[in-house]
Amino acid sequence: MSDKFSNKPYLLEVRHLKKYFPIRAGFFRRIVGQVRAVDDVSFAIREGETLGLVGESGCGKTTTARTILRAIDPTEGQILFRTAQNEVVDLAALSEKEIRPLRRDMQMIFQDPFASLNPRMNILDIVGEPLLVIEKMKDRKQRMERVAELLELVGLRPEYMQRFPHAFSGGQRQRIVIARALALNPRLVVADEPVSALDVSVQAQVLNLMKDLQEKLGLTYLFVAHDLSVVKHFCDRINVMYVGKIVESGPTDAIFFHPRHPYTSALMSAAPIANPRIRAKIVPLEGDVPSPANPPSGCYFHPRCPYAEEKCAKETPQLEEIAPDHLVRCHYAHELTLQGVAKPQEIIAS
Amino acid sequence: MTPLLSVRNLKTHFFLDEGVVKAVDGVDFDVFPGQVVGIVGESGCGKSVTIKSVMQLIQKPGRIIDGQILFRHHDEAGRETIIDLAQLDPHGKTIRSIRGAEIALIPQEPMASFSPVHTIGDQIMEAILLHLDVDEEEARRIAVERLHEVGMPNPEQRLNAYSWELSGGLRQRAMIAMSLACNPRLLIADEPTTAIDVTTQAQVLNLLLTLQKQHNMAIIFITHDLGVIAQIADFVVVMYLGRVMESGPVEDIFFNPQHPYTKALLESIPSIYAPAGKRLPTIEGSIPHPFSRPSGCPFHPRCKAFMPGVCNAAIPKLKAINDRQSVSCFLYDHAPAIVEGS
Ligand SMILES: Nc1ncnc2c1ncn2[C@@H]1O[C@H](COP(=O)(O)OP(=O)(O)OP(=O)(O)O)[C@@H](O)[C@H]1O
Ligand SMILES: Nc1ncnc2c1ncn2[C@@H]1O[C@H](COP(=O)(O)OP(=O)(O)OP(=O)(O)O)[C@@H](O)[C@H]1O
Ligand SMILES: [Mg+2]
Ligand SMILES: [Mg+2]
Repeated sequence: MSDKFSNKPYLLEVRHLKKYFPIRAGFFRRIVGQVRAVDDVSFAIREGETLGLVGESGCGKTTTARTILRAIDPTEGQILFRTAQNEVVDLAALSEKEIRPLRRDMQMIFQDPFASLNPRMNILDIVGEPLLVIEKMKDRKQRMERVAELLELVGLRPEYMQRFPHAFSGGQRQRIVIARALALNPRLVVADEPVSALDVSVQAQVLNLMKDLQEKLGLTYLFVAHDLSVVKHFCDRINVMYVGKIVESGPTDAIFFHPRHPYTSALMSAAPIANPRIRAKIVPLEGDVPSPANPPSGCYFHPRCPYAEEKCAKETPQLEEIAPDHLVRCHYAHELTLQGVAKPQEIIAS
Repeated sequence: MTPLLSVRNLKTHFFLDEGVVKAVDGVDFDVFPGQVVGIVGESGCGKSVTIKSVMQLIQKPGRIIDGQILFRHHDEAGRETIIDLAQLDPHGKTIRSIRGAEIALIPQEPMASFSPVHTIGDQIMEAILLHLDVDEEEARRIAVERLHEVGMPNPEQRLNAYSWELSGGLRQRAMIAMSLACNPRLLIADEPTTAIDVTTQAQVLNLLLTLQKQHNMAIIFITHDLGVIAQIADFVVVMYLGRVMESGPVEDIFFNPQHPYTKALLESIPSIYAPAGKRLPTIEGSIPHPFSRPSGCPFHPRCKAFMPGVCNAAIPKLKAINDRQSVSCFLYDHAPAIVEGS
């Protein structure tokens, strides 16, 4: 359980966050609709904690991450952030200029280590860029020293500084991306699929590195990923998103083994487990994810939900605390008994 | 039982100006009728090139330079003969009669394999008319049946849909319907679920296994995801840098792996059942660039069991170590090695 963090203060508290993208059509590019990419999302992360964000493609994970860092502007809602001076500020209400000094506290690691490094810059300039631009560290020698430190921190040889990205493997590039993200001593690191593009044999290296750095530097992570075993390994708590909304939020073990939302249950029982003796005898979820431009009425999951009742098509359920630290958005959460990831002993027993 | 497909010492190289890429450099495996063979390996290890070689789809500057691809072919008169696909003219009549009819392929980029200007129905019917002796009406009936079989809602209507109008999951189903159009005996699926979501992936895997039983076909399933392999394969082939490191029944590969690479790979993936927060065992280093292939066993620079003077001196052959598993590693066998340059 996440008791480990219960006496830590919140570093980030997101309240009723919305991000709608306009859909334009016709000659005059009139707005004809809205993509509700993030639709009333609320959650909080305590200092030093790792919160996972999972859900299917297009459910709004990246948009949530980018909105929190104000890489894109929210449509509505609050993004409460505790600064190093222990003040709580609403990032959503700040102007670009007011945010700038806070940028160093929040960094992002992107999915694709091949696309996120400028091929024409050497490693010194890539990792040193935030030092120059934000820290205004004009002295080249000072920058080199700091970059050397950072490269060592992520397990790369400082001599590599003069090389260009093409000379590095995928795992090494992701280390460079991490070194750059850490250059300004951030407190919150938002990692959007940081290991998805890496080879299986290299993923473990990067996950271990991120864990070590968290311990050493006291980092707080918002971790977006679609590989459920990676999320299970890495996160203290998990938010499950479906069509722009959080449908369930709770401690990792509870989400995996005792889910309370039918969508979480479907997701968990679909996880391909690397054990041929645990071949899921699941009935896979039918149908497709609805479009966030045109979500269904009531509970967004009701057209695919095996337990849906009339009420589900009519009323939108609210996120409700069903157990300590465990929130669910389902009208029937109290009545349902759901399957999580099959446990080995259950398989042997059955 | 005779294998349906038997690949022996297959070598497919690409001759570039900068040098030779030994994409596939001595691959052996068998596929028996009705069996699901999973080929697993990391990016660039030669999975796609292997199956493109089987289909004779390798283009210049690539070439099959050695080996055999023996296939139990049914000729027009229904007689079974064993032919070596590696010897066939890639543009000839025989391989064209096999491709799509006896062996079907779901390629790695499904978007690229559907034409955007023709409807799904036209494309499935075209495949049927090409290989089966039926009229247009019958072809349409078969196309609807196949779409129905793969769980496409409103199959009659979907005949008129274009691939780009479908969601990822439905497009994958249409792709499977097309590949099954002529009742192939061997279906090759190259990472068919990599770009799709977990729940859709579960649907597609279930569907493939159901169809495999109904049609009693064999499947070669390619993926880099060990979870997916565990869920679908009967027999597993583990590749690294163009060679087979180990092969065996799925149970043995997961519970009794023998090659140091297979062992290390399985240890390095996080388990859903492990307590949180533990450090993962890692494989040091990274996959070398194709131009700087290590000498000897391609895995030796990253191998914990590296034996200097042995592993870097010659390439170990794939050899049976018991009645189920085969391994190419000098820990198990010192004798039959391939001396470099031979
Ligand atoms: N700039 C944009 N303009 C319009 N729509 C957008 C924009 N960015 C994202 N969307 C839409 O918002 C929804 C959420 O997208 P987002 O990228 O956040 O999903 P995701 O959960 O990160 O998916 P994935 O797992 O595929 O990365 C999608 O329907 C997407 O098409
Ligand atoms: N047309 C080509 N020209 C030159 N090299 C090629 C060509 N096609 C493949 N290769 C090389 O052959 C090797 C094997 O490639 P292949 O596509 O079979 O890998 P793979 O195992 O399918 O990887 P992935 O998991 O990324 O799909 C790679 O080093 C690749 O760069
Ligand atoms: Mg995303
Ligand atoms: Mg491939």
